[in-house]
Amino acid sequence: MTTQIFDRPVCRLAGDTGFLAEFGEGIDPQVNARVRAVARALEADPVPGIREVIPTYRSLLFIYDPAVTHPDRLFEVMETLDIDRAAMDDQAVRVVEIPVCYGGEFGPDIDTVGQHASLSRQEVIQIHSAPEYLIYMVGFTPGFAFLGGLDDRLVTPRLKTPRTRVPRGSVGIANNQTGMYPITSPGGWQVIGRTPLNLFAPDRENPFLYRAGDKIRFVPISLAEYDRLAGKEGG
Amino acid sequence: MQAFEVVSPGGFTTVQDKGRFGFQQMGVPICGVLDTFAADMANRLVGNDDSLAVLEITVTGPSLRFFAPLEIAVTGAEMDMTLNGRPMAQWRSMRVGPDDVLTLSQVRSGCRAYLAVSGGIDVPRVMGSFSTYVGGGLGGYQGRPLKIGDILDAREVPLLTRDLAMPENMIPEYPSHVVLRVVPGPQNDYFDPKMTALFTSQYMVTPKADRMGYRLMGEKIPIRPGMPKSIVSEPSMPGGIQIPADEQPIILLVEQTVGGYAKIATVISTDIPKLAQTTPGDTLSFEGIDLAAAHRIYHEARRKQADIRLD
Repeated sequence: MTTQIFDRPVCRLAGDTGFLAEFGEGIDPQVNARVRAVARALEADPVPGIREVIPTYRSLLFIYDPAVTHPDRLFEVMETLDIDRAAMDDQAVRVVEIPVCYGGEFGPDIDTVGQHASLSRQEVIQIHSAPEYLIYMVGFTPGFAFLGGLDDRLVTPRLKTPRTRVPRGSVGIANNQTGMYPITSPGGWQVIGRTPLNLFAPDRENPFLYRAGDKIRFVPISLAEYDRLAGKEGG
Repeated sequence: MQAFEVVSPGGFTTVQDKGRFGFQQMGVPICGVLDTFAADMANRLVGNDDSLAVLEITVTGPSLRFFAPLEIAVTGAEMDMTLNGRPMAQWRSMRVGPDDVLTLSQVRSGCRAYLAVSGGIDVPRVMGSFSTYVGGGLGGYQGRPLKIGDILDAREVPLLTRDLAMPENMIPEYPSHVVLRVVPGPQNDYFDPKMTALFTSQYMVTPKADRMGYRLMGEKIPIRPGMPKSIVSEPSMPGGIQIPADEQPIILLVEQTVGGYAKIATVISTDIPKLAQTTPGDTLSFEGIDLAAAHRIYHEARRKQADIRLD
């Protein structure tokens, strides 16, 4: 896919209470850094009438109250931001470690992923837990992180028949994406392991462990370590 | 204070307020009442602030037994309603007491009714809202639709000293054909610039219509030759008309956060209640307007709603 950074954000209307500001084309860490920089600047210095600022791969969705503000006003504010500078300042990313017990009953599809690329189970684990994956955006279900950076050798198609129930905490692969299921849901990803962490806990002071722009590193753990951490998380 | 017990839950009855804001960037959808007008008025009829939680009742009504003296009101979809077997009217407040049983039956017109109780339905606030998010199992009453035997609470407040009723001429009708006004975009450039199919034909509401979205059936809306068949995943707004691979539109609603298909247009917020009152088999047509017109309609609707005098 071609990527390109726009000189000025492009506005796309999403009805009478929302609009998107697009910062570039395609899925690209530099475009995404600009998106986040603007999101964080507007979070630090909120504009009245904005109900939500939602960062995505390459755009921001604003939800606003037309009784208070207007898209033109938001574009004026964005004009005043030094996006390049802000994106540079945003390089200090947080790396969140996610412990994962690979294989066994937690990762029923680990051998499918391995066979697909003629890799041993150990190699799959080693390759999957090596990179720092960038969280491009969070969405779809609460805390579901869209990660970039999966090693090409692990690219595996989705299951032919999706499972009706994938337990929360499951870690999987679908095509060139890898991700975690924060809540139990139906799904067609190749499941290779499970984290004992509560990725989404609505009653916790901070319900989430990470946000867009953070990086994720998967840390292989034993079954005993999984049980110990799961006990600490309160199940 | 215990307010009522669920004798029968109805088709799909959930606790909702105006929605959960601030967490869509974490994948938590807005949720909240779909027909904001009817829900606001139900709250006002029992003397509540319109930010309090109400029941959203879908197609088949529940039966509730009350524990305490309360003011209640039912608005929205037209349903036969009885209190201890006696027919009662919607869109007005009524006083109920211990052991009174309110029963709502099948809808006559519309799709969603709203029941407010004085003091508001008292459920824990989760991430800033009382709304039930069924898909995520959180908020509202135990994160799910009501079941037989559930006991719901209300905050204790002084009751109204007189009954309140909505002026007859302000009670909306719920016809089986509605016209929805839309603002083109966010991806209108992916489609025929005149949007001929969307604006000249009628679309039927299919049985796949819920709080996540309404799937429609009608003339296909093809992506323009040369444009990609999907977009880089982006968050969705309630009202967004998404065109998936089968070229039949889906209007996205309040339990959706992200989509990867192009959206030809977005239903204006003022018209979402009209959509929310349609049921499978009803027909929709679409009228394109610009942002300035949509904002005029928004302001006018708010003014009209604020001007309604209940007596």
